[in-house]
Amino acid sequence: MRSLIDIMDLSPAEIDELIATAQDIMAHPEKYREKCKYKKLATLFFEPSTRTRLSFEAAMLELGGSVLGFSEAASSSAAKGESVSDTVAVVGGYADIIAMRHPKEGAPLVASMKTDVPVINAGDGGHNHPTQTLTDLLTIKCEKGHFDGLTVGLCGDLKFGRTVHSLIAAMSRYPNVNFVLISPTELKVPSYVKDAYIKKTNIPYEQTTSLDSVIDKLDILYMTRVQRERFFNEEDYLRLKDSYILTLDKLKNAKSDLCILHPLPRVNEIAVAVDDDPRACYFKQAKYGKFIRMALIMKLLEVE
Amino acid sequence: MNIDSIKNGIVIDHIQAGKAMQIYSMLNLDELDCSVAIIKNAPSHQMGRKDIIKIDSNIDVNMDVLGFVSPNITVNIIRDDEIIEKRHIELPEKLVDILKCKNPRCITTTEQGIQHIFRLSDPENKVYRCIYCDTKAE
Repeated sequence: MRSLIDIMDLSPAEIDELIATAQDIMAHPEKYREKCKYKKLATLFFEPSTRTRLSFEAAMLELGGSVLGFSEAASSSAAKGESVSDTVAVVGGYADIIAMRHPKEGAPLVASMKTDVPVINAGDGGHNHPTQTLTDLLTIKCEKGHFDGLTVGLCGDLKFGRTVHSLIAAMSRYPNVNFVLISPTELKVPSYVKDAYIKKTNIPYEQTTSLDSVIDKLDILYMTRVQRERFFNEEDYLRLKDSYILTLDKLKNAKSDLCILHPLPRVNEIAVAVDDDPRACYFKQAKYGKFIRMALIMKLLEVE
Repeated sequence: MNIDSIKNGIVIDHIQAGKAMQIYSMLNLDELDCSVAIIKNAPSHQMGRKDIIKIDSNIDVNMDVLGFVSPNITVNIIRDDEIIEKRHIELPEKLVDILKCKNPRCITTTEQGIQHIFRLSDPENKVYRCIYCDTKAE
């Protein structure tokens, strides 16, 4: 049985298929209410995340399945020093599918090697977060209708922002996409991401430290939070956290059909006043997350 | 310079000059009881200078270590004074338990009993990355 560890585990055709299923779920939710009856999802969250965990749980409940799990390492046997491998070997005996978030990079991959049930990476440190990417792609598809030819601006913490890396990887497979990478010098996209997904495929990209200078070009603006937990040093965090704040004033020069995305939670990088602008799509995006996770759970459980 | 020929054993030839000690250490050849000869800076038509290691015993050599440290190595297996096999070693696709990931956020730094695996991500520049966290091998 397959797992989803990295967004690149899915081919573009499989992503299209998941998006189509998610859109069908949105249009005909009644068809899907018992698709996962008697199936159990274990949410193993070694790091707190309200949104992603609730989204997974809501997805499974809406498919008629049930959920079990824990929401922080302190309430799991990891607090007693149990390894990821052992935890998963046990949980694999109780659940039909596992969604795992872990602060260590690669933990879900280790998990998938130690159990026969499918494992979904729900975020591994600053590394990957494929279901957020699926959510982002579904949002872009629903809001823009297509992926090709879009100019995608990514803004904020592009170094530790795992959602950014996965989105770059996924979007790089669609034709005529342009990237505009907007970040402080200290938080630029890591070279391995740039080498593997942008330079290798000769995708046009621009790297800048100024959001104002590029906002007029963008079809998509993907804002990210500068996360305190990714810094080793508090001073660096405080210096950089307010670098890129989106306000209504900055949006004056943006396209009228710009689509503003954010993986949430937001701290202050998007002013609250922007929420009422029709270009703000981030709350819709969070809702789309449930539907794409429903589609993914069905696919991995091989439910027709 | 003369080194006795070996009757049964392994000759690791065409090692990039200066890399023999690294191979000696990574293959843990110091733990062997048999004779091991390290020849540094031997003249070579092909390479100008090369290193050679002769091991006077039929041990299992991890070929991936050889390919990683110095691609294009030749391994000669000797039985009864004859070369019975000649292997040309190329850059391995995967390194298992040869390197350790240096990323402090990688799961391999805390999880016991898992293999440390690196995959060749850029053969041209000989770049390996940890399969768990994508960090470049140093």
